[in-house]
Amino acid sequence: MTAKISYADVEVGTELPAQTFPVTRATLVQYAGASGDFNPIHWNEKFAKEVGLPDVIAHGMFTMAEAIRVVTDWAGDPGAVVEYGVRFTKPVVVPNDEQGATIEVSGKVAAKLDDNTVRVDLTVTSAGQKVLGMSRAVVRLA
Amino acid sequence: MALDQSFVGRTYPPTEPYEVGREKIREFAEAVGDPHPAYTDAEAAKALGHPDVIAPPTFVFAITFKAAGQVITDPRLGLDYSRVVHGDQKFAYVRPVRAGDRLTVTSTIESVKSMAGNDILDIRGEVHDEAGEHVVTAWTKLVARAAEEA
Repeated sequence: MTAKISYADVEVGTELPAQTFPVTRATLVQYAGASGDFNPIHWNEKFAKEVGLPDVIAHGMFTMAEAIRVVTDWAGDPGAVVEYGVRFTKPVVVPNDEQGATIEVSGKVAAKLDDNTVRVDLTVTSAGQKVLGMSRAVVRLA
Repeated sequence: MALDQSFVGRTYPPTEPYEVGREKIREFAEAVGDPHPAYTDAEAAKALGHPDVIAPPTFVFAITFKAAGQVITDPRLGLDYSRVVHGDQKFAYVRPVRAGDRLTVTSTIESVKSMAGNDILDIRGEVHDEAGEHVVTAWTKLVARAAEEA
């Protein structure tokens, strides 16, 4: 594992480059196929509304996959991720139009740990609402 | 209905091996829009010290969640799957999953709780490769929401 960021070069509070990730209905269909999660709340508006959701929502695991990209792009090696956990607090609602929704992700180093690892705390929002809570990754730096 | 507390600590038999395919990793990376070359280019992965292309960190969930299915659908446990939502998800990696891995999952029920009518189930999935080496552990918290009042 070969992270491009050196442990010595980061401090508690170091900010990772923020990113935004678009998600449309087509994205969700593609993710459903790739992940094998065909729950209709992720592609069928009628079904989603019948179970009390405002509209079709993104797979929580899709949002989790996007959020960690802020860490893997920063570290350079996705294999440098040692731990990653999230709480699914609010759904990412995806309207049926070309824009869809946007997932906004920022992160900062929250702690320097043993063995050249750091804990990164992520902030993940969509439409101004926090969609993941307790979103934390431990990553091994060079 | 509250879940049976006696299921805490129960471990299910390991799954049949899942073989991680290079093209499946590519398909997943494309679906999440991630162009990192370590997912699709073996040379790029090797330059980072990996023996073959690696999978994005959350890829393994498809395998562990399928394995958790034997817990979720166990009629003796009594979970109402139609009311289940994903509460938390966590992974701890010994190494990244990579193409060619043949992975088995051993699922254990870590905790069973009832809070305000919701049933909360914590499942741990231990993922091992063909050599029996530990690759990753996945923790999945599922919440079965209370049935609405009639």
